[in-house]
Amino acid sequence: MFLRSMAQQTLRQKLEILADAAKYDASCASSGTAKKNSVGGKGVGSTEGMGICHAYAPDGRCISLLKILLTNHCIFDCHYCINRKSSNVARARFTPQEVVDLTLNFYRRNYIEGLFLSSGIVKSANHTMEQLVEVARILREEHDFRGYIHLKTIPEADAEIIHEAGLYADRVSINVELPTRAGLNRLAPDKDESQIEGAMGRTKMRIIEAKDERKRFRHAPRFAPAGQSTQMIVGADDANDTAIIGKASRLYGSFGLRRVYYSAFSPIPDASAVLPLKRPPLLREHRLYQSDWLMRFYGFAPGEVADATEADGNLPLDIDPKLAWALKFRESFPVDVNRAAKEQLLRVPGLGTTAVGRILAARRHRTLRLDDVARLTASIAKVRPFICTLDWRPTLLTDRADLRRLLAPKSEQLELF
Amino acid sequence: MRVMQNVSLGAHYAVRLPAPDDFAFWRERARGLIQCDVPPDRVSWIEPGGTGDLFAAEGPSRSDKRLPAPPADAPPVRASKAFLTAARRAALHTDPARFGLLYEVLWQLQRNPRLMEDKANIQVRRIEELAKSVRRDAHKMHAFVRFREVAVEDGTPHFVAWFEPDHHIVRTEAAFFMRRFANMRWSILTPRGTIHWDGQVMHEGPPARREDAPGDDPVEDLWRSYYASIFNPARLKVGAMLSEMPKKYWKNLPEAALIPQLIAGAQAREAAMVAAGEREERVRPATLAQVAQGAAACRDCAIADCGTRAVAGEGPSQAALMIVGEQPGDQEDLAGRVFVGPAGQLLDQHLTRAGIDRSAAYVTNAVKHFKFVWKGKHRLHQSPVAKEIDTCRWWLEAERAIVQPRIVLALGASAARGMLGRTVSVSKARGAPIMLDDGAELWVTVHPSYLLRLDGEAQAQQAALFAADLAAVQARVAQIGV
Repeated sequence: MFLRSMAQQTLRQKLEILADAAKYDASCASSGTAKKNSVGGKGVGSTEGMGICHAYAPDGRCISLLKILLTNHCIFDCHYCINRKSSNVARARFTPQEVVDLTLNFYRRNYIEGLFLSSGIVKSANHTMEQLVEVARILREEHDFRGYIHLKTIPEADAEIIHEAGLYADRVSINVELPTRAGLNRLAPDKDESQIEGAMGRTKMRIIEAKDERKRFRHAPRFAPAGQSTQMIVGADDANDTAIIGKASRLYGSFGLRRVYYSAFSPIPDASAVLPLKRPPLLREHRLYQSDWLMRFYGFAPGEVADATEADGNLPLDIDPKLAWALKFRESFPVDVNRAAKEQLLRVPGLGTTAVGRILAARRHRTLRLDDVARLTASIAKVRPFICTLDWRPTLLTDRADLRRLLAPKSEQLELF
Repeated sequence: MRVMQNVSLGAHYAVRLPAPDDFAFWRERARGLIQCDVPPDRVSWIEPGGTGDLFAAEGPSRSDKRLPAPPADAPPVRASKAFLTAARRAALHTDPARFGLLYEVLWQLQRNPRLMEDKANIQVRRIEELAKSVRRDAHKMHAFVRFREVAVEDGTPHFVAWFEPDHHIVRTEAAFFMRRFANMRWSILTPRGTIHWDGQVMHEGPPARREDAPGDDPVEDLWRSYYASIFNPARLKVGAMLSEMPKKYWKNLPEAALIPQLIAGAQAREAAMVAAGEREERVRPATLAQVAQGAAACRDCAIADCGTRAVAGEGPSQAALMIVGEQPGDQEDLAGRVFVGPAGQLLDQHLTRAGIDRSAAYVTNAVKHFKFVWKGKHRLHQSPVAKEIDTCRWWLEAERAIVQPRIVLALGASAARGMLGRTVSVSKARGAPIMLDDGAELWVTVHPSYLLRLDGEAQAQQAALFAADLAAVQARVAQIGV
């Protein structure tokens, strides 16, 4: 009965089930890998550094890769996951060849940059991982596919199989899933934090070794040239933003991750009863990404981002974390755009890395006035209270108690679409 | 000052570009004009079909051929790399003033070589803006070209796309598609010209019309299915989509036709998911009375439709030991009390023998309602499935949060799942405590009804094991000393 119903599924039905099952993975990046193209090869594909988003869904997320599961059958029972063993969702399974054909058919029509393949765990972690690797192998070896491949690796699988995945894939990733060990134990009882982190550590070592070998031998095999990433679910347990930021910075530090993705826990069909939670506001995910940027590009230490949180350890939702920090540490402002060091300029709310670069270049040629700064930034109104120029000083503004209200974006009534 | 023999003072020059994207031609002419010291306000740059020359009344004398020849001793024209990079892109913009602007900045660069660094300069900013929108247009072309497969006689498929770029980028961007699809036969048709790649050589062709491109491709159905399925209706962010995929592109994207219905259906789909997991909005009960009341009204799983009543836990609201069974049986359902049937009586015997005072323990079940099927006149017990146990965990966890036991005794696999959220093997888990996240210990053993189903030697053996488990729990309770 079961087998018969499987056989009746068309390719399209399988695609619907297995794409639907994959959408809770936030990552869709196709950037930052080694440059390659199909000239002189037999197949299709190129990666040129910058990722390309081929479409956007109404959820605002980019569609860059064919993001699917090989199967959504799973022997694990993680409560936040739509594919957990005890969930009543429709199940389907692709053969590796079906995934290969879909990928190539989509790629040739320029719908995608490549494949992001993950899977529920069937039979065993090793068996599943072998199947994932097989898809990548057929694409690379039989079709000379030179597009982007992101493989989700299963930490419970043997190190050799994970290693093989890295030889075919541009990026590998292992999800840490939840910011705290207690959360993981509670919501993902089959997973183990030390196993996940052990696998991430081994992957980091392999990436470093492969880079080192390529310096000495030009034809040494590449290993996951776009590095590794991970994902944390926000709002499924009670970890606050301070805990999440701390965990993320530790992950960046320990495992040399390219990215930590945050995925706001969203209601899933057939939800487990152990999630007694309201959906966290999508804005919370956005604020965490902003804080991530502050640490990676703006020279903020994790502790400084934590300083910007409110009493409950969460970042304010109405204003961005950089503004929140500036309002807490008003004594650091105003900053003189004509004299201040780059690090100080980067702390000014409303000045991005591009604007700071432009200011540093322009001030070699002229003493900047407020109008000049206005031309270099997106919104002078936001920046003005925190800077001085030749013709501007925010006399009382930085001391005003209602500054937050003045600068917070006006809440607006949503219109019917 | 050099002597400009070849330049008629005050004369106005017009340069006609052979193609709107011919940067190399502009570069060469601009170089000559600067060497002849012709100021920007004396040069007009005219694209094919454009009317750039405001001094047309002076007749056709300022044709390209009449441009002055630079003097032999003219110094070389210099430009920074930053200018060249930005200018190459800006030249592809559709703004008719772009070549004049580029010439003006090139002119100033001869006096101020670092002008491009002055990002506050209005003309420098303008060039960067032009370059940026060309770069964006090129990026959108890489992203939004959609090929359709056309069957050809010789069997090699031909992929054809229709795209409408904002700027003159087609010729430049052909290289990107060549690198990506080097071994494929493809054409990109646009209103600004066409490019064709046959696997070996690139050809350029005249502007095309949309009707020249194929109207359909069966794979687009699959692509639309993918697009609809990867969309998460629980997180609608239409603004974010529109800023990256503005409506002007939609008409040439097969998937975009789905957008209105996906948005319209999203709220209903999310509402359905939330309703299915309704407890999201529920507040966890704070007293055992609230648990009993809530469980009685609970209709979250199919067991509630059996028409049985919820059997509440019994015992002190603060107890060191909590005993968890599977679910109420026939007699428990009738009596409305836990562990009063045959299994309950057997449990009582064993508890007494182990020295455990049942009245001091909080006794409850993993599932609150009796699940059964009719067999003749009898209600036959049915084990709850994992999903039902998980659903009922809401109540069990509330009880645990109130009673705060230091030790929990789970009778059988269902009780263990209710505590842990995962299925464990009783035979493997018994005999040693499992630490729970609040520091309490979970001890797992079999359900007494299991002993009732055995007989003879097997029963004696299992009863002894059960007694040993209870004795170990009693020892632990005594040790903790509460």
